[in-house]
This record gives sequence, C-alpha cells and structure tokens, in this order.
Amino acid sequence: MSDTPMTRRDWLLSDQPASRNQARLGQFYRTWLAFRSNTLAMVGLVIIGVLVLTAILAPLIAPYDPLIGGDLRTERLLSPSLSHLMGTDEQARDIFSRLVWGSQITLVVVALVAVIATPLGILVGTVAGYFGGWVDTVLMRVTDIFLAFPRLVLALAFVAALGPGIQNAIIAIAITSWPPYARLARAETLTIRESDFINAARLQGASSARIIWGHVVPLCTSSIIIRVTLDMAGIILTAAGLGFLGLGAQPPQPEWGAMIASGRRFLIDQWWVATMPGLAIFVVSLGFNFLGDGLRDVLDPKGDR
Amino acid sequence: MTAATMTGGGRIRALRLFRKTGGLIVSVAVTLLGLLLVTFLIGRVVPVDPVLAMVGDRASQSTYDAAYHQLGLDKPLVEQFLIYVKNVLSGDLGESVLTKNPITTDIRTVFPATLELATFGVLIGTLVGIPLGIWAAVRKGRLADQAVRVIGLIGYSAPIFWLGLMGLLLFYAKLGWTPGPGRIDVTYQYDLPDDGTGFLLYDAAMAGEWEAFWNVAAHLVLPACLLGYYSMAYISRMTRSFMLNELAQEYIITARVKGAPEWRIIWVHALRNAAVPLVTVVALSYAGLLEGSVLTETVFAWPGLGMYLTNSLQNADMPAVLGCTLVIGTIFVAINLLSDLLYNVLDPRVRRRGK
Repeated sequence: MSDTPMTRRDWLLSDQPASRNQARLGQFYRTWLAFRSNTLAMVGLVIIGVLVLTAILAPLIAPYDPLIGGDLRTERLLSPSLSHLMGTDEQARDIFSRLVWGSQITLVVVALVAVIATPLGILVGTVAGYFGGWVDTVLMRVTDIFLAFPRLVLALAFVAALGPGIQNAIIAIAITSWPPYARLARAETLTIRESDFINAARLQGASSARIIWGHVVPLCTSSIIIRVTLDMAGIILTAAGLGFLGLGAQPPQPEWGAMIASGRRFLIDQWWVATMPGLAIFVVSLGFNFLGDGLRDVLDPKGDR
Repeated sequence: MTAATMTGGGRIRALRLFRKTGGLIVSVAVTLLGLLLVTFLIGRVVPVDPVLAMVGDRASQSTYDAAYHQLGLDKPLVEQFLIYVKNVLSGDLGESVLTKNPITTDIRTVFPATLELATFGVLIGTLVGIPLGIWAAVRKGRLADQAVRVIGLIGYSAPIFWLGLMGLLLFYAKLGWTPGPGRIDVTYQYDLPDDGTGFLLYDAAMAGEWEAFWNVAAHLVLPACLLGYYSMAYISRMTRSFMLNELAQEYIITARVKGAPEWRIIWVHALRNAAVPLVTVVALSYAGLLEGSVLTETVFAWPGLGMYLTNSLQNADMPAVLGCTLVIGTIFVAINLLSDLLYNVLDPRVRRRGK
C-alpha cells in the first residue's frame, strides 16, 4: 500500500491521519460521501444552489424590470408564453422576472433571521446552562413563554405592533425563532459544563464570560447550525405567510407571498398570477427540507425523529 | 404483601402524582402570566396611539386627557399590568375598535367555526397519518417508506394558503366538485336557528335541516382536508419513528418466536406501545392547526378565529389582535398541559419514573 502513490481520496480516508487537519478534513469528506449518496439531500442542495445563483445573477437572468410593467393596455395578465415565461400580472409586469428578483428578498430574510436568532439563542442557552440555578430558571421560563405562542401568531402580533414592512417582519420572525435554539444550546452546555477542560480553565482563573465564549459556545455551534438549517423552510413559510397577509414586504417589492396575495383576485381566470410565486416558495422550502432531512440523516443516524 | 402496605403504596403513588400535577399547574400558571406580560408589552410598544384611535384626531385636549385617564394610561406601568391581568382573569379582553363589541363576545362567536374545522382536520390527519406511518415503518427503507417521507416533506414545504388557493382553483373552479369559500351557502343560511351553538353541523342536525347539513359538510371538505394534510405530515412521521422504536424491542422478537401473526405484532403489540407518545403528537398537531387555521381561514373566507385575527390586523385593531393572540396562546398551553397529564396517566413507565 505504501508503495503506490497516495491519491487525494486515500489521504482523506486514511484511518491513521498524520495531523489534526487531515483527520478533520477526512471526517468532513466521509460526511460528504454519506451525504452525496442521499438523493433527496442532493436534490435539496442543488435547489438551494440554484436559488443562491439566481439571487446573485438576478440582473442577468431576469429579462424584464421587476417593478416597472409593460404597456397596461396590451400586456396585462398575459398567459405564459415564450416572451413571458410565467405570464404577466395585473400591472403588466413579467412574473418570471419578479420571481427572480424575489429570490433576493427570500434569501435576505432567511439569512438575517438566522444571523439574529442564532446568536440570541446561543447566548440565552449557554448562559442558562452554564450558570444553572435561578439564572437558568428565569431564562428558561422566558424561553418557555415564547414557545407557548404558535410562531406565526406571535410574529403577527409583533408585526401588528411594529407596523408592516420587511424589516419588522424579519425582526418578528427572529424574535419567534430563537427559543428552540436556546433550549438546544442549554442542553449541550449541560453536557459539557462539568468536563475536565472546563474545570481546568476555571482553575486557571478564566472568567465565566471567557469560558462561555471560548469553550462552551464553539462546542454548541455546530448542532445549532444544523437546527437552523432545518428551520429555514419554516422561516420562508412564515415570511411568505406574513407577506400574504400584507404584513411583510410591501408592494411593489416582488416578495413571493405578497405576489400570491395580489394574484388571488385573478385566481379563477388568470391562474398563473397566484400559482407561479407559490410554486417558487414550495420548491425552495422543499429544497431546504430535503437538505435538512439529509443533513440530519448523515450527522445523526440514530435520530429518526 | 399485606393489604395495609398496598394501600400505603397506593396512597404514596397518589400523593406523588398529585405533587407532580401541582408542579405542572404552578409552571403553567407562571407561563400564562408570562403570556399576559408579552401581550401587555406588545400593546405598549404599538406606534398607534390608543387614545387617538378612540377619540379621533380632532378631539380637544380635554377630551383627549379624559380618554387618556379613562384608559388608565396615567397610572404607573406595573399598576396598568395588574389591572390588565385582573381584567383578563375576569374575562374582559377589552373592546374591539372595529366591531365595538367586547372581544370576548367576538371570540366566542367565531371560535366554534375554527374548532369545527380544526377537529375535522385533526381527525383526517390522524386517520390517514397513523396507518401511513405504520406502513412506512414496516417497509423501512423501501419504496413505500420513501413515498411517505416525500408526501410528508411536501406537506412541510407547501405554503398552506397557496395550497388552499390551488385546491379552490382545481376542485371548485375547474372541476366543480366542492362548493366555494365560506361555511354555508346563503340559501341555507336561514334554515339554521339563530341561537345555535355555532357548530353548524351540529346545529343543522339538531334542527333536522338535512339539506343544510350536507351543504355545511360539503363546505367543510376542502379546508378540512387541507389542514388534515398538514397534521398528517407530522403525525405519519412521528408514528413511523415510534413504531420503528417499538419494532426493535425484544418483546417483538418474543412475539415473533411464539408465532404471533405479523398483523397482530404490528397492530396489537407494537402499536399499543407506540400509542402513548402518539397521544401527545395528536394533541400537539391539534394545537398546531390553530396556527394553520389563521391562513386557511383567510383563504376560505371561513368566519373563525383566524379570519377574525387577520381582519383585526388589517384594520389595526390592536386590542382584538392581542386578545386573539392571548386566547390562542392560552389554548396552546392548555393543550400542552393536557397532553402532559394524559401522558402521565397512560404510560405506566412515566408513573414509575417518579420514584
């Protein structure tokens, strides 16, 4: 074996890694192999890849302007054709172009919610888990209260209070998303709180903040990132629901949920106006669900739930 | 073992169950207080001035001040909160700006519509979801398993309001199989008693109006199937996982060795043990349908809690929005509590773990 030149694959799959990096990369590669053999997960990955590319390349892909429509007399509510792949809406705008630009809004919502809710959940969870006692009781009680509301309803109440708009919708969804992450981070923290290396750090005089930030948080992050990926379809659906009710992105922004709401009036005679944005939401959240499901299978073979 | 020790043991067990229940109730009370605090605080950050909403922007300063005082806004925040709690506990959620009715009355009027819809939704979800989940578990890794998984994932991925619109487009507009939005056709509306319970199926049956009954049932089919699909996605997935868990246990092997037929092993041995956690799952999906009903009712013009909530939202009727939020949150907590208690009662292992 040692005579033959080592391929990159052999190096990665070596059961005697020579360095920490090799071991880490090898682990990563094995996960990838398992992931690749999962058809649904790969389909999901491709869908998300297409979504990201669409969002980046929107100006190149979209054939028409998403906000300014064509001639209202002749180009209103056209059915799908070669010149308008998905037809036009009531303001003579090309629906396909609007969907393409709308992918940016979807991605921004998902990304911002993840960026706001994840650190919040990690902070609450690790602090509660690390300190225990009354800090734990109070923080977890607050978490439970937020969990006691159905997510969409609480988000609705927040948006109603803050006023409709895409920023407020993002804030509202983030406020309603963090509690499960906090629960998870707390559970992870509890399992490592009494570890020797934490005690060692404590004996060396490290402050609690330093231990939480430097030792506890890095160990919690990966499982929470998986959880956030699993939640992304839910985030998209909540955002679309808020948009549908007129509380998310405001017209003329090409937000998919709001587009369905405006197409609703023409549902029976011009079915494509409401159908196309719904298909977009469906395909994207299916992509995230496939991806999340595959990730869970690969990273946690026991957890059939 | 003498009779005395047995009753002693029984008493201790009862005491334990009581103490556990007591603890649950205290924690539920704290959660409910938290719900109240959240809705109270949301009500405080509203940019809409509640006084202006009441008196209009042409009111004189003295009218404004009087209304300000009447709403209790000049009191300290803590006192306002205590008054709020006291009002809610006595069943007063305030008055809707839109309908001018007490919100409790409004909610009582619309709630049966939601309950009727959600009940049929969860029934469909359970009756379809459990067999599907069992089927998937038995055929783990095979085509049936994959199919059930994909059906479930589609349920998790499609926006419920869009699927509702598509259902209306296909089954109502194109095929004409189901009636359109609403709970009942106008022609039948006056066949029902005015002082009914609000559960139209029940009202129609009691009044003996069978045509109206079938009309109501036909209106119910599409939205109930839609909600049922969503709870089916969740229930089938959980059933599969519980069943897999049970089928891997040793008592199943024992039953097989003893020559029990496969159907008996699945439907009697395994399902009975999987049924205990399933009760929780069904209860939770019932609560989840309350959330799903918000969007579904909007699509189907279903005059329930969800449509009341979205109407209030679109008219910036904050007291009604917060009232609905509070009611839905409370029902959520109540169903959770109920499923916890049921779990304790049904599963002997949980009972014993208390020791």
